[in-house]
Amino acid sequence: MANKPAALQPVTFIRPTRPWMAIDLHELWEYRDLLYFLIWRNLKVRYKQTVLGAAWAVIQPFFTMVVFSIFFGELAGISSEGVPYPVFAFSALVPWIYFANAVTQASNSLIEHESVITKVYFPRLVAPIAAVLTGVVDFAIAFAVLVVMMLFYGIVPTSRIWVLPFFVLLGMATSLGIGLWLSTLNVQYRDVRHAVPFLLQFWLFATPIAYSSRLVPEAWRGLYGLNPMASVVEGFRWVLLGQGNLSTPLLVASVFMAGILLISGLYYFHRNEQTFADIL
Amino acid sequence: MSEPAILVKDLSKRYRIGSREPYQTLRNAITVSVAAAFRRLSSSALASPNGNAHQESDPAFIWALKNVSFEVQSGDVVGIIGPNGGGKSTLLKILSRITMPTEGHAEIRGRVGSLLEVGTGFNPELTGRENIYLNGTMLGMRRSEIERKFDEIVAFAEVERFLDTPVKRYSSGMYMRLAFAVAAHLEPEILLVDEVLAVGDIAFQKKCLGKIGEVAKDGRTVLFVSHNMVAIQSLCSRVIWLNQGKVMAEGKTAQVVFQYLKTSFSSLTEQVWANQTTAPGNDQVRLRRVCVRPADSSPSDPITMRTPIRMEFEFWNLVQGADIYLYFQLINNQGIVAFASSPIDGSGWNARPSPMGLFSTQCSIPADLLIAGQYRVLLSVVKDNYYEVYQLDDALVFEVQDAADLRSGWYGEMVGVVRPLLEWTTELIESQSPIELSEPVDSISRER
Repeated sequence: MANKPAALQPVTFIRPTRPWMAIDLHELWEYRDLLYFLIWRNLKVRYKQTVLGAAWAVIQPFFTMVVFSIFFGELAGISSEGVPYPVFAFSALVPWIYFANAVTQASNSLIEHESVITKVYFPRLVAPIAAVLTGVVDFAIAFAVLVVMMLFYGIVPTSRIWVLPFFVLLGMATSLGIGLWLSTLNVQYRDVRHAVPFLLQFWLFATPIAYSSRLVPEAWRGLYGLNPMASVVEGFRWVLLGQGNLSTPLLVASVFMAGILLISGLYYFHRNEQTFADIL
Repeated sequence: MSEPAILVKDLSKRYRIGSREPYQTLRNAITVSVAAAFRRLSSSALASPNGNAHQESDPAFIWALKNVSFEVQSGDVVGIIGPNGGGKSTLLKILSRITMPTEGHAEIRGRVGSLLEVGTGFNPELTGRENIYLNGTMLGMRRSEIERKFDEIVAFAEVERFLDTPVKRYSSGMYMRLAFAVAAHLEPEILLVDEVLAVGDIAFQKKCLGKIGEVAKDGRTVLFVSHNMVAIQSLCSRVIWLNQGKVMAEGKTAQVVFQYLKTSFSSLTEQVWANQTTAPGNDQVRLRRVCVRPADSSPSDPITMRTPIRMEFEFWNLVQGADIYLYFQLINNQGIVAFASSPIDGSGWNARPSPMGLFSTQCSIPADLLIAGQYRVLLSVVKDNYYEVYQLDDALVFEVQDAADLRSGWYGEMVGVVRPLLEWTTELIESQSPIELSEPVDSISRER
């Protein structure tokens, strides 16, 4: 290997930052094993020295569902459109909690890896991507509980079940887009750490989790769809519970918005990634 | 001639003072940009004194590297030396793509492995086995590659028994060995190493050096930053000397190291502290004066290998009845203690309670003992034969010059820590023909 003629060896060019340089996808692929081990590390470290371990993946959405059922379902009497309110809420909480956790982890991913980023080169994109993918494991566990709940209430998913992965991907793309923005901002402005829980709290209520998007006036649905999580949540209900609140304007606006978030996030991240080591 | 493995052209890197850009808060950023907008509005007619064009000389910025150019041929082992802040680490950070240059460019042919700090990326919660995989992939290895070298890495690190123990329970030596083992098995075509030898015990350092030497023998390119001139001289064929971000010299190891040591050395042969309250020391003892000089001539005369040397110390004893004495270590420029000495023979006030007051103490170093080179004096004050009450690093720094009359026509490098002039005798036991000597030669003494 070492004796290969120099001309055949890969050449790395190091130049001052060019923001319009393309993202090196090939290199990202070369580092896929690192991605795997980072995800695996995240999982392992997260539940180290905890008593309940992976049960936490269920506890968070489950108890939120209980609280929502009591206060919104029972006391406030919010309509769940013919579906038992607990299932109505839980089917939305499963993707939502994935999103909330993925955004939180991703926005802290660069700061967490500070000691490594200042000492080792690897494609920085690996860090937020690993954070977003790690959440998928928790999501799968919570989803299994959702299935059990549906069985309990005797609800059979619709034949549209095969489009569910699309909504999962939409949720992941949104998480990554937001995560890229916030992780980059977090490197420079540590305010982000405090702002994220706050942001997610607002976002929770801007998403039809405790209520149905039918409460939003028809004319506003397109605008409402600019929150991609609205489509993800409605999509889950549409596929699993057979409720028809997923309108075309809502979905189109959401996909459009998720695309914008992801592309702008990638651009912003990429433009700044070469200075991370100097600022962190 | 083939293309160089590393080509660096006019590489420059500018940092904000403090070496890292301070992170801002959003409020700051908003305040600054609003203020800037107002400034533009109010002074659009006037030339702004803080425009970007002035960044070149702006004291808030520092050029960690400025127009650095060099080439490294494939298979070379090149040392990078220079004082702290000279730009060595910045250069390695740019070449390993951790940070980007501000200007200029570099081209690197082949896979780069960098070892800027041992053990980065280790997670204390994970076991040794898990960390090998995590750290290995982080350094750019594929999983299959790690699997292939796994046993070798474990054997090198000598941690077989603790593979499934979280590394937070490792001793620091084990931790270091494991970390270096992972990095050392990276097998890159170009290896960038920064000061790994600053940590760890002697056995570990030997192991590291051995591994780096092995890599070099394999025909791979190594760039090696170190303050350890012995390591640089034993490993590197060429040396680049960086100072204040610029290449001061580049060339054969012996020459450049010699130049570097010559200019980086400034002697400090006398220090006097007249004011007792601010003098170095503490509430038990304070120093008044330290001095090193030729014993028999003017203090400003040079000290050579043939000069008897006198060390003079004055100190205030501030504790009535204390049993204190001075102790010094003479450290050469390779960090080796040539010798240490204290007035242990019971002369003067040693082993007797001293009254409070100003004391003077001298020590003579005979001629023909020290080898040419630079020495630093680490001065300690010892109490009750046991406690170190106070210590002063680099109390004195001086140079012992080579003495021409010792050379007798031979100009090679003198090895060793000391060079005592010993008595030699040589006798002819039996002479042989063809020349019949009339009388035996009884004694020949040689000086070198």
